[in-house]
Amino acid sequence: MATIASALSRPTSLNGVWSWITTVDHKRIGILYGVTAFIFFLIGGLEAMLMRLQLARPEQSLVGPDEFNQLFTMHGTTMIFLAIMPLSAAFFNYLVPLMIGARDVAFPRLNAFSYWVFLAGGIMLNLSWLGGAPNSGWFGYAPLTSSAFSVGNGVDWWVLSLQVLGIASLASAFNFIVTILNMRAPGMSLFRMPVFIWMTLITAFLLIFAFPVITVALVELMFDRNFGTNFFVASAGGDPILWQHLFWIFGHPEVYILILPAMGIVSEILPTFSRKPLFGYPFIVFSGIVIGFMGWAVWSHHMFTVGLGPIANAAFTITTMAIAVPTGVKIFNWIGTMWGGSIQLKTPMLFAIGFLFLFIIGGLSGVMHSISPSDAQQQDTYFVVAHLHYVLFGGSIMGILGGIYYWFPKFSGRLMSEGLGKAHFWATFIGMNAAFFPMHFLGMDGMPRRIFTYESGMGWDLWNFVSSVGAIFLGISMLLFVYNAVRSWRKGELAGDDPWDARTLEWSMPSPPPIHNFDEIPIVRGRDAWWHQKRRRAVTAPVAGGSGESDGAHESIHLPSPSYMPLLAAIGISLAAYGVVLSYYLTAFGMFMTVASLYGWYMEPITASSEDEKH
Amino acid sequence: MHQASAAEHHEPAHATSLGIDHRKLIMWAFLGSECMFFGTLIATNMIYADKSVAGPGANLLDIPVTTVSTFVLLMSSLMMVLALSALNHGNIRSFRVWLLCTAAMGATFLGFQFFEFYEFANHGLTPRTNLYGSSFFLLTGLHGAHVTGGVIWLLSLVGLSFRKGHISAEQSLKVELAGLYWHFVDIVWIVIFTVIYLVGVTRLP
Repeated sequence: MATIASALSRPTSLNGVWSWITTVDHKRIGILYGVTAFIFFLIGGLEAMLMRLQLARPEQSLVGPDEFNQLFTMHGTTMIFLAIMPLSAAFFNYLVPLMIGARDVAFPRLNAFSYWVFLAGGIMLNLSWLGGAPNSGWFGYAPLTSSAFSVGNGVDWWVLSLQVLGIASLASAFNFIVTILNMRAPGMSLFRMPVFIWMTLITAFLLIFAFPVITVALVELMFDRNFGTNFFVASAGGDPILWQHLFWIFGHPEVYILILPAMGIVSEILPTFSRKPLFGYPFIVFSGIVIGFMGWAVWSHHMFTVGLGPIANAAFTITTMAIAVPTGVKIFNWIGTMWGGSIQLKTPMLFAIGFLFLFIIGGLSGVMHSISPSDAQQQDTYFVVAHLHYVLFGGSIMGILGGIYYWFPKFSGRLMSEGLGKAHFWATFIGMNAAFFPMHFLGMDGMPRRIFTYESGMGWDLWNFVSSVGAIFLGISMLLFVYNAVRSWRKGELAGDDPWDARTLEWSMPSPPPIHNFDEIPIVRGRDAWWHQKRRRAVTAPVAGGSGESDGAHESIHLPSPSYMPLLAAIGISLAAYGVVLSYYLTAFGMFMTVASLYGWYMEPITASSEDEKH
Repeated sequence: MHQASAAEHHEPAHATSLGIDHRKLIMWAFLGSECMFFGTLIATNMIYADKSVAGPGANLLDIPVTTVSTFVLLMSSLMMVLALSALNHGNIRSFRVWLLCTAAMGATFLGFQFFEFYEFANHGLTPRTNLYGSSFFLLTGLHGAHVTGGVIWLLSLVGLSFRKGHISAEQSLKVELAGLYWHFVDIVWIVIFTVIYLVGVTRLP
């Protein structure tokens, strides 16, 4: 282990490709997360557009049934695990330390490790296209995923890459729990934290309790497929319903993992552009906490047609209706925030209001599903597809896009074009409704989801066509966003430190922030800490442990040094996973590489000795 | 305590918001996550305990032998406590002895488990045989993997203690973390022993 550590002398450069590969700076990792996840988002979008092209007219044969199965499986898995979750993680990474007044996350190298493992898992899942992608749906119901019914390695890659991605999510969730609980600036009590931080904390707790459940289910499936066990083999007495339970005990908290970060983002945007503090802050925070608990008590509403019996169905109907209450509380508080405010309709605000509209529609169709007799009619129809896209696209993605517009000046130092931004908002809003609203009609008319084509004369032709046109329009609207982002990054109008006159601490520093974040750790004297400081000109205290001279203060700040170890450990883990399909020798080598990198990680000091440091 | 070690290692001295070291907090979060991991495995076992359509099951369990190995594992926790206490008193020699005892007892437990797996296979129960075999071997196997990881961790700490400046009374947190993990793996075994072994045997026809 010592040889590894000494063979790889500590990377020191602050520029160039290697500085990004070895970075442990939460801001750079956040940007890496964001860019990577957005690329996966575009890939998932292309998959969706191919499906919509196939369904635009009846009885088309643009893609065959098996390719269609692969497309919807990959689209769902990609959007959930490779797009929305890591896009949220990008915000966690970039913003959490800045918003709570910290210099980095609690475990910077673990943070880099999370990113590299995420990237490895994403590449692994998408490489499966080469030999036939997984084709059993994003929730991979048993026994469809068994080796008898899913020949080939598609499902194996799905199982393995989800386990790899789980490691990334868990590592990052542990990191943010410790960061938020333990690294708040003086005065930043829990109930002075921005709501985005609260939602991050709740999401992280959901992650660390939900992912072990899916991990066990995936391990059982992996053993069934590769080592001949019987967990989901019906002929041996195995119970496919066990898979459904395990999957949805993970899967429903996962839904809140996807939406809570967007709720946090919206809770930051609305008050800033309403020029008012958030209305009902404690209600919004406690609603989030209640959702965090109750999210565990509703999973069987995904299984109303399985035949669990009237008592189970009734119980889960009631819990599902009940969980709409804290969500409703939040919506009323967001509306209350805007009420009587001086609303500025900047692009981020448009997206936040769009989120409110669309999320309410998705929430209402969700409550319709909660009634189990009604759900029996809607199960596996396009009505469900419409519902989930209103909450995941109308909710999560609208919130995330709004967040990108809101914090882009902080990431890049430049403003995004307002004109293009507004055009993008309206294109997205119209495209999204055109694509997904007709699916309500199709579902009510009985069109099942996951069919690769349909006969003419079912009465589905018109709305499928409208939906497909909307989906293509939506896809093109994203190009507008990419153009705006790239153009603004290079030559957008300079933003200055605080272009929105915003409320939270990240706006108290230059844009983009210096590598050490804060010259002086701020002292927090209330909610909306930066408004407080600006309005009252509160004094800041000298850096803890610093020299006290403001000019040279940051020279005494010990930042964690870049490291190769997180990348090496991540490569080891992904090799071990590839080995399960390719060769167990590769698995053994990958595990050895991981352990060796962890030893190297443990032995290297967090901050390299000062001779190596470059200021 | 940890701040002294931080100075030695050029780590930034952090005054944490909760007054708990980062590493300890992340360990508790990790163990919380592990509860769900083992909880799911144990639930699978309980559901599948009497669902096999063929082959042997709980009748192969040898309660007296597993009681011995369970006792050994529980006593290893006592050794762990003694090791940490010795280190806190600055007695590095007895720290090493107690920690080696902990690791040796963990290895003994693994030996028993290996023997048990071997016996089961001889009696025709493997992970492929039936549902009992699948769920039993996966649960106890993954628990055994956790014990193996713990033994490697403990031995690494013993090894580190021979290198200057790595293990001292001021850095006892490094050992305490391994101890938290070790006790957790022990407690999980108490649940497994109760639910799978003791309850499993009472449900035999």
